[in-house]
Amino acid sequence: MAAVTRSRAFPLALGLGALAAAILAVEVLIRIDAISRYIVPLPSQIAPAFERVIVEEDIAARFQLTFLEAFTAGAMITVVGVALGLLLFRVDILRRATETWVAAMASAPTVLMYPLFLVIFGRSAWTIIMMGFVAGLPPVILKTIEGLAGTRRVLINVGRSFKLTGVQLFTKILFPAALPTIFVGIRLGLIFTLINVVGVEFLINFGGLGQLINDLAERYDLPGTYAAISFVILVSVCFFVLTEWIERWLRPVD
Amino acid sequence: MASVATLPKSDAAGARTPAEAGILVVDDIVKQFATPDGPLIAVDRVSLSVRPGEFLAVIGPSGCGKSTLFNIIGGLLDGYQGAVTVGGETVHGPHPAIGMVFQEESTFPWRTVIENVAFPLEIAGMRRRDRFDKARKFIALVGLGGFEKRYPAELSGGMRQRVAIARTLASEPKILLMDEPFASLDEQTRLLLGDKVLQIQQDLKQTTLLITHNITEAVQLADRILVMTYRPGRVKRIVAIDLPRPRSSDVVSSEAFGRYVAQIWSDLREEASRGMQDEETRTLHAGEGS
Repeated sequence: MAAVTRSRAFPLALGLGALAAAILAVEVLIRIDAISRYIVPLPSQIAPAFERVIVEEDIAARFQLTFLEAFTAGAMITVVGVALGLLLFRVDILRRATETWVAAMASAPTVLMYPLFLVIFGRSAWTIIMMGFVAGLPPVILKTIEGLAGTRRVLINVGRSFKLTGVQLFTKILFPAALPTIFVGIRLGLIFTLINVVGVEFLINFGGLGQLINDLAERYDLPGTYAAISFVILVSVCFFVLTEWIERWLRPVD
Repeated sequence: MASVATLPKSDAAGARTPAEAGILVVDDIVKQFATPDGPLIAVDRVSLSVRPGEFLAVIGPSGCGKSTLFNIIGGLLDGYQGAVTVGGETVHGPHPAIGMVFQEESTFPWRTVIENVAFPLEIAGMRRRDRFDKARKFIALVGLGGFEKRYPAELSGGMRQRVAIARTLASEPKILLMDEPFASLDEQTRLLLGDKVLQIQQDLKQTTLLITHNITEAVQLADRILVMTYRPGRVKRIVAIDLPRPRSSDVVSSEAFGRYVAQIWSDLREEASRGMQDEETRTLHAGEGS
């Protein structure tokens, strides 16, 4: 038994098994009228809707658009967030002056600012990207500061004892040491980014999976709506696999 | 026969020791810290001199300013009175001739053993192949051949500390400065690593300054032991250890070793007791204040 649980396939099989069990439970709960089928369609109805959504709704192009918008915003929150986090880490007065505001911004419902972004960027993909960017930036900044500040003093002293320059100290010690925490921030940021990207697509009806969900919901095509939501989850899974792969490449062992 | 060199009474009271000509000279160092209870003198007029190839141990109770002294000599702490010189050159900040081994686990967890050891060579701009070739020699020297591609998380505490020592040695410092490098290890590992350090020190004729609170470790390794007082940290006595070299951990069972340990403990006991009483008093006052 222990050998089975230690195998690499076991966690994957367990996860898929749990998912299948949850879907089966929802199917049963709907059939016995514990959940209203007018709110949640039967999973057995959603499964055939996938084919319809893929064939009739140009899902590949929509998936690509949402993925690219979220990816662009994700790249921006990573570059800008880590840079700002480093700046706030280095300039103590700036950090103390702004850290609370940045934390407050993380919980602000920035999606409600979409009319302002529409005025600034027009009805274009950039409105969606910038909304995703603004929403996903605070966790990256905060976690970058946390990661850099949490670097063990002795590692910095090792660097100082070898007379590292400021840039070397950052690239060789501070950044690699902070990497796991920074990636937690990037993952959190990507969650906020993706929610906002799909949400704004939904609100301004500008292509992508968000617009598709809006269209299908307005047609009261509940199985199709849930099938489209599954593709949003797929985008999220892609991002998590990608970030995990990059983290392993940058820092093979914790 | 064991010989114990005791300073004159006036010096033993805490004034300066004679700074003999040495590769490392610490001259009349005073370091004071500001605390909520007022200024605290951590190190008070400490002077010492380390001769080329010598192994000097600095021993004292917790809170005697050993680590402060370590940081001052290593150039990690400034704002002190007095001077530290290496080969006649005054130390301002970390000096390339001084290699430091820290008490805490200090290997880089994201680097393999060979990447850790080659780190100072990488900083010096050495080509990858050359620095790895050189790093392998130091890895072998600390007895970790075959572990080059392992990560620190895959090694024991003692092995990780040997990686840290090899990394410092790879920078080929004139003086090896170690701050309680075996403090977190068990006694058996500590003795065996002591053997390894002795062997390396003999092979490389490495000038070494060891900061420790462990009497056995100090007597096992050192040519001379500098005993410090509890707060403020002053030089209480310097003891010359006249045990035959090359030494190994077997020396701990000799009669002379026991006499040295007893001698140093008699010096330290009073200081350690003062330290313990001071700690208890502060804990009591902190409890009353809260």
